[in-house]
Amino acid sequence: MMQREDVPFLPRGVRTCFDRVRETEVLLGPERVLMLDQVGVAVLGRLDGVACLSEISHALSQVYDAPLDVIEPDVMAFVQDLVEKGMVHVRPR
Amino acid sequence: MSDRVDPPMAMLAELTHRCPLACPYCSNPTELTGKERELSTEAWADVFRQAAALGVLQLHLSGGEPASRRDLVELVAAAREAGLYTNLITSGIGLTERRLKELDEAGLDHVQLSLQGVTAAMADRIGGYKGGFDRKMHVARVIADIGFPLTLNAVMHRANLDDLQATISMAQHLGARRIEIACVQFQGWALINRAQLQPSRAQVDVAKAAVAKAVEELRGALVIDFVPPDYYSDFPKACMNGWGSTGLNVSPDGTVLPCHAAETIPQLSFENVQDLPLSEIWYNSPAFNAYRGTDWLPELCQTCDRRDIDFGGCRCQAMAVLGNAAAPDPVCRKSEGRAVLDALLEQDVHEIAAPEYVYRR
Repeated sequence: MMQREDVPFLPRGVRTCFDRVRETEVLLGPERVLMLDQVGVAVLGRLDGVACLSEISHALSQVYDAPLDVIEPDVMAFVQDLVEKGMVHVRPR
Repeated sequence: MSDRVDPPMAMLAELTHRCPLACPYCSNPTELTGKERELSTEAWADVFRQAAALGVLQLHLSGGEPASRRDLVELVAAAREAGLYTNLITSGIGLTERRLKELDEAGLDHVQLSLQGVTAAMADRIGGYKGGFDRKMHVARVIADIGFPLTLNAVMHRANLDDLQATISMAQHLGARRIEIACVQFQGWALINRAQLQPSRAQVDVAKAAVAKAVEELRGALVIDFVPPDYYSDFPKACMNGWGSTGLNVSPDGTVLPCHAAETIPQLSFENVQDLPLSEIWYNSPAFNAYRGTDWLPELCQTCDRRDIDFGGCRCQAMAVLGNAAAPDPVCRKSEGRAVLDALLEQDVHEIAAPEYVYRR
């Protein structure tokens, strides 16, 4: 099970790009295309291979001026879903 | 449904029909395109640029065996330059360590390696190519060393469906991130060998339970996609996610198809990228518009609550089994055509001694 201290990162073969035809950010990976909303872009933009899930949630809570207990479950669920799809990997800190 | 036609997301580029393997389940057409009619490097590069401009995000380089193209590295470089996520679908035969390194430098994003069996005896028998399995295992090791993300594409049928557990274990052993457990779909050459390839109901039941268990146990470690044998399903698959909705295929000579078996539908004619722009073909060609959306669907499908789930299923299967491409997919339990499919299935599984495979050579 994923921990708050785990560090998420985009593995090789997964990358974000701006889709000029649909005018949206997308996440591309093996046999998958995910259209990203603002939240997705914000979370994935902070996957630097250094910050852990807890730190990412804290940072986003400050940027969006939203309570941590609202932000954190969303971040964890979003990342967990991508981990199950093989689009994000996590490593223990 | 809306009348708006969305841009395509994915393109399958069948670079060549040439292939060193002779798999009895090959889904390519029974009439193959010769090397002399294949598109040139520059023509493919132009198709890739057009596809990206049209909205394609993912490119699947397939065949035949794409490594049979001597310009494969250049084609990958051209695809990446066009901005496409580039996936190579290969048996591994023809890929040396040096060539894989060149593909890495060219920017190849992902490799999908086919698997004919988990032992040399089985794999080489199915592929009809002695030594193929050992070469594939070598290629898989090089893929892992380079670090390409790997999907194992295991084609399953009567002879190897009982090896499902070992197949999943092999994906883990090879460091694959993903496995496609694809039960044979009966299109093209595979139809000739249907009786020999058709699994039994007992095999299918065991396989489904094993897949469900593995999906749970390996969640987060291995992505498992299962394509069930659809003669045993109650409802059809959403073939191509709907005709002309999401993806397109370009055959070796530049013919643009809504799905790779579409040429089996005799009343359709298909345009070629050498004659018309790709976007013109996608949006306006009669072949792409023939079964696009749901307005064309027969009454049974129009009034069905699965209309927007499966879009009436696979046109080529309706053609192959019923001789009518506009009929509901005969897999559907609600359709009249199901009786025809059931009769074929009955015949397949009661074949006392299945005849030998007819290899594709």
